[in-house]
Amino acid sequence: MTLTGEFFAFMSLALVAVIGGVLLLNLTNVIHMVVALVFTFVSIAGIYVLLSAEFLAVIQVMIYSGAITIMMLFGIMLTRHHGDEEEPKGGRLRKLVLLLGVLGFGAAVYFGIYNLDFQALPNTLHENNTEQIGVALYSQYIIPFELTSVILLAALVGAIVLARKDDEKEGDQE
Amino acid sequence: MSSVPVSAFLALALILFCIGLYGALTKKNTVIVLISIELMLNAVNINLVTFSKYGAAPSITGQVFALFSIAVAAAEVAVGLAILISLYRNRRSVLIDEMTELKN
Repeated sequence: MTLTGEFFAFMSLALVAVIGGVLLLNLTNVIHMVVALVFTFVSIAGIYVLLSAEFLAVIQVMIYSGAITIMMLFGIMLTRHHGDEEEPKGGRLRKLVLLLGVLGFGAAVYFGIYNLDFQALPNTLHENNTEQIGVALYSQYIIPFELTSVILLAALVGAIVLARKDDEKEGDQE
Repeated sequence: MSSVPVSAFLALALILFCIGLYGALTKKNTVIVLISIELMLNAVNINLVTFSKYGAAPSITGQVFALFSIAVAAAEVAVGLAILISLYRNRRSVLIDEMTELKN
């Protein structure tokens, strides 16, 4: 491991991403949590650039930092939030047990990946990245692509049906 | 060739996944639980893109797969928020402890 610009870029981006995640866990205001997570999403976009996936980086900024965050903020503002609720009795013990469980899971997976190394094969992902994705998407993965459009349509129609006010039912009750 | 080892990317994804998992299991607010699930999906996407560049057989497939995963995640957020708003309209609460309709 040599100290190059790529290494410094990776370290700073990873640091910002992890700090955003930790802030998500520790802040109390819900809106602050969402804003903290924007840092994580943007840093992940930078990680994608390091991994020569420029198109995915742009998609990440657009979908996650833009659309999903704004949708979450709307979801927060449409519902009412009390500041800080009192902790229930068993909450601390439960959190401790969950923390130990998650740490155990992390340790187990880290044991599997910590010295994982493949021999670096030459690849051409960095040149004409978007064109490569487009060619793969419209030749090899055309059926999953169309199925994704069906999923999006079904999800959006379902979301509208779920979130809409039931006017007829309220009319019956009156 | 590359100065950052592949395990560093995987470890970053693992840390983010653990943060998301802990948040999804401990947070009381349903919006935050949804966001934590998004964080976990993001960590998985980092893994996919990492293996698409540094894996045993580098190809564009990992990036295409990450693209599909982002699309499904967006659909999931839309449906999740719709369910959340519908629940809030009925229960006047977004705390996950009080959503016990299916219990009794």
